[in-house]
Amino acid sequence: MSNELHPETEVSLGRIFLAFLTIGATSFGGGVVGYLRSSLVGSLKWVDDETFVELLSISQCLPGLNASNMAILVGDRLRGGPGALCALIGICLPGGLIMAAAAAAYHATHRDYPIVTAVLHGVSAAAVGMVLYVAIQLGAKTIRRPSEIFFAAVALFIVAGLHQSVLLALVAVGAVATICYRPRRDP
Amino acid sequence: MKEMIGLVGVSAYLSLLTVGGGMAAFPEMKDLTVRVFHWLTDSELVHLYSLGQMAPGPNMMMIAAIGEWVAGPSGALLVTIAFFLPAGMLTWWVGRLWTNLADWPWRASIQRALGAVSIGLLLAGVISIAKAAVAGWTGGAIAAAVFAVLMLTHMNPLPLMLLAAGAGVFLFR
Repeated sequence: MSNELHPETEVSLGRIFLAFLTIGATSFGGGVVGYLRSSLVGSLKWVDDETFVELLSISQCLPGLNASNMAILVGDRLRGGPGALCALIGICLPGGLIMAAAAAAYHATHRDYPIVTAVLHGVSAAAVGMVLYVAIQLGAKTIRRPSEIFFAAVALFIVAGLHQSVLLALVAVGAVATICYRPRRDP
Repeated sequence: MKEMIGLVGVSAYLSLLTVGGGMAAFPEMKDLTVRVFHWLTDSELVHLYSLGQMAPGPNMMMIAAIGEWVAGPSGALLVTIAFFLPAGMLTWWVGRLWTNLADWPWRASIQRALGAVSIGLLLAGVISIAKAAVAGWTGGAIAAAVFAVLMLTHMNPLPLMLLAAGAGVFLFR
């Protein structure tokens, strides 16, 4: 069964927390899912590849970030609810602390130090290139047929062209697309 | 107190929009934090987003920065909990349900539909960030260069972000 976990012995909550804390502290560049796979499937062997992909697809369909959803699902499989909570806190803690500290420092300095603003202008422009790259990479993996390009384009147009809410685009286009891709009997 | 309630409400709402990735929620985040609540300016939000790209962990940990910005450390904590808990509980519950629905035929239909829509939402997020972050041809050139290098090399973006920070000092000061 694909849901079976590899470890023979039960993994402790502290071990789960530490493993996800390490991933949360070392996964730079928005590619946390890649780091999760190499740790959870590779070095820790807590889940197999098949289970990892299955959990990732659940994560992508649901609200919440892919990385934090993965942490919850894997934590839950290892040690139930407490395991899920330990994994979630672990993966969020390092980035959260760094971002809160960065915001405090930025708030305190940017008005007096034009160099801070200049640095952030450069980084912001670079971030645009990076997020476009991530969107294209994910799109190449997700979108395979013309109808999928069409639904993606309609959602894009509703939000970027008509300035309607993301929620509206998600619910309206998502519902039409789900009906379009409804289960059919194989011919 | 009113500000805290607003922060919690906005974070919990935004977390429900992050289907397919945190970027999908960016247009709505900009609308609510800048235009509706006036917590920060357009460029301050993009700066925090950019800082978030340099921090480790899930890419939307910048939500903690917005909380800190508006209401200090307690704001950061509250916003983070409000952002991760509701969607987290849902994931936890659906994760258990999903296992039992392995043979439900609509599962694949929903997955495919949301997959396509989420890519459109991601691209809308990119446009929204680009409008606020890229002013003039120098910014555009940095964005295009980073995109091109990543497409060609698939390298870790962190060194590029640091390089862009250095370029910013020369180009934008």
